[in-house]
Amino acid sequence: MSERVGMEIALAAAETVALCRPDVIAAYPITPNTHIPEHLSDIVAEGRLDADFICVESEHSALSACCGASGAGARAFTATSSQGLLYMAEVVPIVSAMRLPVVMIIGNRALSGPINIWNDHSDIMSQRDVGWISMFAANGQEVVDMTVQSFKIAEHRDVMLPVNLNLDGFQLTHVVEPMLFPSQEEVDAFLPEYEPYAAVHPDNIVSMGTLALPEIFNEVMKAKDEVLKDSKKVILEVWKEWEEKFGRTYKPVESYRTEGAEILLLAIGSMAETAEVAIDELRDRGMPVGLLKLRLWRPFPFEEIRNAVKGVKAMAVLDRAVSFGGPGGPVFSEVRSALYDEKVRPTIISEIIGLGGRDVPVGDFIKIAEKAARVAKTGPEEEYEIFGVRGS
Amino acid sequence: MNIVENFDLYAPRLVDKEEHFSAGHRACQGCGEALAIRLMCKALGKDTVIVNATGCMEVVSTMYPTTAWNLPWIHVAFPNSASVGAGVEAGLKVLRRKGKIADRDVKTVAIGGDGGTFDIGLQALSGAMERRHDLLYVCFDNEAYMNTGIQRSGATPFGASTTTAPAGADSTGKSEWKKNLAEIIAAHNVPYVATACHSYPFDFMNKVKKARKIKGPSFIHCMSVCPTGWRTASEDTIKMGRLAVETGVFPLYEIENGKYTMNIKPDRLRPMEDYLKLQGRFRHLTPADIEVIQTRVNLEYNKLLNKVENLQSWEDLS
Repeated sequence: MSERVGMEIALAAAETVALCRPDVIAAYPITPNTHIPEHLSDIVAEGRLDADFICVESEHSALSACCGASGAGARAFTATSSQGLLYMAEVVPIVSAMRLPVVMIIGNRALSGPINIWNDHSDIMSQRDVGWISMFAANGQEVVDMTVQSFKIAEHRDVMLPVNLNLDGFQLTHVVEPMLFPSQEEVDAFLPEYEPYAAVHPDNIVSMGTLALPEIFNEVMKAKDEVLKDSKKVILEVWKEWEEKFGRTYKPVESYRTEGAEILLLAIGSMAETAEVAIDELRDRGMPVGLLKLRLWRPFPFEEIRNAVKGVKAMAVLDRAVSFGGPGGPVFSEVRSALYDEKVRPTIISEIIGLGGRDVPVGDFIKIAEKAARVAKTGPEEEYEIFGVRGS
Repeated sequence: MNIVENFDLYAPRLVDKEEHFSAGHRACQGCGEALAIRLMCKALGKDTVIVNATGCMEVVSTMYPTTAWNLPWIHVAFPNSASVGAGVEAGLKVLRRKGKIADRDVKTVAIGGDGGTFDIGLQALSGAMERRHDLLYVCFDNEAYMNTGIQRSGATPFGASTTTAPAGADSTGKSEWKKNLAEIIAAHNVPYVATACHSYPFDFMNKVKKARKIKGPSFIHCMSVCPTGWRTASEDTIKMGRLAVETGVFPLYEIENGKYTMNIKPDRLRPMEDYLKLQGRFRHLTPADIEVIQTRVNLEYNKLLNKVENLQSWEDLS
């Protein structure tokens, strides 16, 4: 590790994936993740990475090919966004059920329609309950670090689950940022070669992906749930090792200026960085406000969320996705559910914000924090709010 | 116990005795597809990975915790055996290149039914063929979605009654003609395309062996009689396959580098009525309907003969 290198984050993601030496990459173009597979194909074409790059004819085939490659014992990678993730959706829960440690980067983008290529989290939130480990990066450095971590977590013998790493489309994928890259030697030392538990090869005959009848299905689902929950132990170990080797700390829930905070904002993804500026401004004005950044989405960090809100009067959870006709944004409803059994808990409000690339400036966080301070005294005003709707 | 006298003396010289697709699976009595898969596996041998699309064969052969497969086998979903196969092939190739698995040729073979191949899996299949994976794809065509209860597919023949294209007062069953899948795959300039049927076991196994040797994509369309869906007697499975070939409705041919060869060429085609009348799915057809079918079968057969007679191998054209 030496100097920071300025690079578009999508390209940095591709460079980091290459450092992880995947055997097979299968991808299909969709904005805004496209620069990742494009750049990986460059790296393969330049002879810098010994891998098979499969230019599939759809995202369904991209994830299917990753399934096949991973099932054969290879390290497999794909990336997608939005409709591409939905097109994969049939295969998504099968990858985790088959315990195939595929790593996927999602350049988060709004789901159609109307068609919109810009960022929100409706894509990944639609693929929430599928048994994958799911994490969010908030900046380019985190994308680099978490890419390497993702392979190590996914392939750990106690985990053997696919990982999706989310980065905001455009706000992150297309932004140039100075980043520190680990060297090839450092990645090789951190990330061991993939040793599959089972693989389709005549030297070790297995049947993978068999039919399960009702008599066994509950048990299979329970096992899938247990392994995902248990993966948190490995995730924390991997993050600890990363901190020891690279000096950067990763936690399931990060906090910013939460000491003595009575009001909290909880954000996910890149907008958490903008929110920090708002927190600084409000702290300068004397408001006891802090910020939580949710990094680990699945397995959900219940304990960390509970600990983080102790002494807090009100919290606004910011979602970049709508649960239409539901209880509020998907992150909000999970956070509120996690706190339901707490004897003392903050008033929690759901603010849905930044949909389809709508800019979320510092002022919006300030308004939301002020609203949270108000409801701390008066109680929630509605089930949820889609913030900043013109004409309303 | 051998029911054929001196079986052990002669049969092993023709067919591998080892069973890679073992007895005890749950296929229907008289299932042509199960028979065809058994033959295919014998022709492929042990250095094979099978990638199975969702369908009858996956359901009947791998009810957890049992499996009928003595070959490495993977199933992911319905439309993607070709793309899973592409991934398996790529994975094995890279791992072999990197010295992480044994340095020997292992063939990836993707299989699917007609629904998984003609319809929902066609895009993945087209992509895999276009990308020139070292992949054999075998379609076991029983002419409808039999696993879900005999619904019409793009492979269902004109006039067949299915649960979603039923015969009735205003319907003669399926009103469209069967898709010509071998031609669609041949249009991808695949080096080896063949049609086959379990009722001609040696022809089928020879084709599988030939396809296995191709370094690149190859495709076999194997007609597989389904007594349940066709409403035929289970003991007539072999006979029905033979009639499909003898009437010319399913001719057995190969396309090698663009050159067509007719493998079974009857001196005179039997009338379609001989084939149709044994099947419950066609029982509603009138003589006039049968005449329409006969005309079409003759035309398609002549189109094929024209190709057999006139098309040369690309090797000779370059």
